[in-house]
Amino acid sequence: MCSRFRSPERWEAIARLLSIALTAVLVFAANNAGAQQDTAPSAGRGPNEVSVTSLFPNGATPPRPPDAIGKRFEGNKFAIADGEQLFNQMNCTGCHFNGGGGMGPALMSGHWRYGERIEQIYESIAQGRPNGMPSWQFVLGPTQIWDLAAYAKSLSVPAPSSASQTAAPDTSVKP
Amino acid sequence: MMTLPISQPIRRGQVEGPTGSIRSSGWLRVLLTGASLLLYPALAAAEMPTVPASAAPPDDGQWTMPAKNYAATRFSALDEINGANVSNLQVAFAFSTGVDHGQEAAPIVANNTMFIVTPYPNIVFALDLTKPGAPIKWSYRPYPAAASQGVACCDVVNRGATYSDGKVFFNTLDDNTIALDAETGKVIWKTKLGDINTGETITMAPLVVKGKVLVGDSGGELGVRGWLAALDAATGKILWRAYATGPDRDVLIGPGFHSFYPSDNGADLGVTTWPSDAWQTGGGTMWGWIAYDPDLNLIYYGTGNPGPWNQEQRPGDNKWTTTLFARDPDTGAAKWALQYNPHDEHDYDGINEQILVDMNVDGKPRKVLLHPDRNGHLYVVDRENGELVSAEPYGNVNSVLRIDLKTGRPVMNPDKLTRVGVVVRDICPTASGLKDWNPSAFSPLTGLMYIPHENLCMDWKSRSVSYIAGTPFVGAEVVSKPGPGGNRGEFTAWDPVAGKAVWTIKEDLPLWSGAMATAGGLVFYGTMDGWFKAVDAKTGELKWQFKTGSGIIGQPVAYHGPDGHEYVAILSGVGGWAGAVVAGDLDPRDPTGALGMIGVMADLKTKTAAGGTLYVFALPKS
Repeated sequence: MCSRFRSPERWEAIARLLSIALTAVLVFAANNAGAQQDTAPSAGRGPNEVSVTSLFPNGATPPRPPDAIGKRFEGNKFAIADGEQLFNQMNCTGCHFNGGGGMGPALMSGHWRYGERIEQIYESIAQGRPNGMPSWQFVLGPTQIWDLAAYAKSLSVPAPSSASQTAAPDTSVKP
Repeated sequence: MMTLPISQPIRRGQVEGPTGSIRSSGWLRVLLTGASLLLYPALAAAEMPTVPASAAPPDDGQWTMPAKNYAATRFSALDEINGANVSNLQVAFAFSTGVDHGQEAAPIVANNTMFIVTPYPNIVFALDLTKPGAPIKWSYRPYPAAASQGVACCDVVNRGATYSDGKVFFNTLDDNTIALDAETGKVIWKTKLGDINTGETITMAPLVVKGKVLVGDSGGELGVRGWLAALDAATGKILWRAYATGPDRDVLIGPGFHSFYPSDNGADLGVTTWPSDAWQTGGGTMWGWIAYDPDLNLIYYGTGNPGPWNQEQRPGDNKWTTTLFARDPDTGAAKWALQYNPHDEHDYDGINEQILVDMNVDGKPRKVLLHPDRNGHLYVVDRENGELVSAEPYGNVNSVLRIDLKTGRPVMNPDKLTRVGVVVRDICPTASGLKDWNPSAFSPLTGLMYIPHENLCMDWKSRSVSYIAGTPFVGAEVVSKPGPGGNRGEFTAWDPVAGKAVWTIKEDLPLWSGAMATAGGLVFYGTMDGWFKAVDAKTGELKWQFKTGSGIIGQPVAYHGPDGHEYVAILSGVGGWAGAVVAGDLDPRDPTGALGMIGVMADLKTKTAAGGTLYVFALPKS
């Protein structure tokens, strides 16, 4: 929906599209209710019915729309800040560092082994994953896991081709 | 014959005879050369170190343990491949391991069979060297717990198997030691030694001494308590286990323990040099090399870094981390200890190799071991009492000003000590050390040690960290960078008597492969962009190189094939800590990634790709 605003043709005819644009803004705001608020979101549960695959046999069972809870956390600056703190406290940084990865995979690459949607990231944290990701659902509560998922997703800065990328010129430790 | 000091001109004349005669009777020549040299002890160069015969018996053409022998010389007495003909060296056969993580293992050769262990999932392949192309004789899959990959600090490597008395012994990432029947691959025993839920893994190659399989653990970045265990080679029963931290009874320190230096003596130092119970999560793991002196009946090995990396959380010497131990292999009892880096602040593990040589020091014969430490100093230590004979820097170092021979302790540069919240810049060497695990070789023909190492520095900022079992316990943000000159690797020929380098080859990438020296006057090593090289042992001149399929971080070996010819083998496949950016497909834009290693390895993805292939080389058949 946001892409409509970025389209030059639409901008040229912005007056004629005013009502459509207004509708889009309202829908966008509704889907990002948490992100628009100046408070930290909380949640009493994780997402519903998360799949870690994009294969659905026999053409049936398309994935449901994104879980509304996740949308409250995704992009929310308070959730991301809380998630970053937890990321350090729970030693996530010891495996994933500042997104580049180490013992664990990179989180900034834009490639997500078990799905890029925030509820998929939530379940990777909560359930763990077979090749070394620990299960945190017995240590952390739903709000904390959503915060971590929001932070992890915020690290994603896709590069055109990671193979040709090198580190930024200033590669020193942040003071 | 390796025990004899040999003057170079004589030796060279014998080795570099007519090519045809070497080719046709290379193995015979080795025996004859050795025999003829026995007749000329007067030719011995007075200052050339020798290798104790009991720890390095005459070369039988096999390669049964990663370090070649108990003295850990990684020297092959084969000389069919030499400086005059190595330019003709070509691939005899290759074999894909099917695993594309870091291949750190040494191929093991016994009874005309080659044994290789892959990184996780630790598949063992036995290749039949008597048949064309060395087909698979058997393979064994231990199916380690997949979750063990998540607690392996620096790629999911394995440093190799060892062969003894009809059995192949190896370790799995999920903390099992397994004995296989070398003929059939059938499991003889399997012993579980640790728990991945404490962050514990095993990556080292076991060593068999007097019917005991010696095994140590990994996990110094996860607050794992280090140990070395001895298992009965026949049954797998744990006979003793010596912890690196804790009370003396756990460390197997008793009445027979007498260290040379005062600070390495005292009751329960493994407890009292730590705050409260910090020793229980204090590291000191043993993931490197063990040497054995049969005459003294002592094993030698070093322990890993203390945890966490943030030194402010563990005031004290933190014994017995980064410590060289001499132990009785029968009981595990410690005879003496020498702590390399008391209260380590830079992740300078002490697990690098010990090479056993005898040499004159100030005119007196001494039984010593040579240890190139992560802290950048080449330790020459008396094997009998643990006295430090010398410790000279073998590359660029600024974190340690010098090693005090009176106390055995390093004198630290106060400007390079680490603190919470402060970025300390340009600490050299970096956390992986001036040299990491990848072992050196020693040639009794040149008297030189060949050290594959790094030339890296780092910026370091400590921060507080909580212990959560099974997660990293580090507490530092590090960014590694190239050292002075910009070359990230160096291959140094070192004279242990003079205590100085004889020549150094600069390499663009850090050296993460081991070295091997041969009686053919050559030294072999590999680079992280995949070149396998042979250089002149005396001059360092490049004599031959071959580009393999992936970066090399393995250990070269040489053996005498069933056809009577010399073969040289190496596993190619980049990874390990330095190669994690490729093996783990990490993002090169985060210089702090992989414990700061990405900062200096961001370009590796542009220079090599993951792989896992055995290459075996020989001279062309005429």
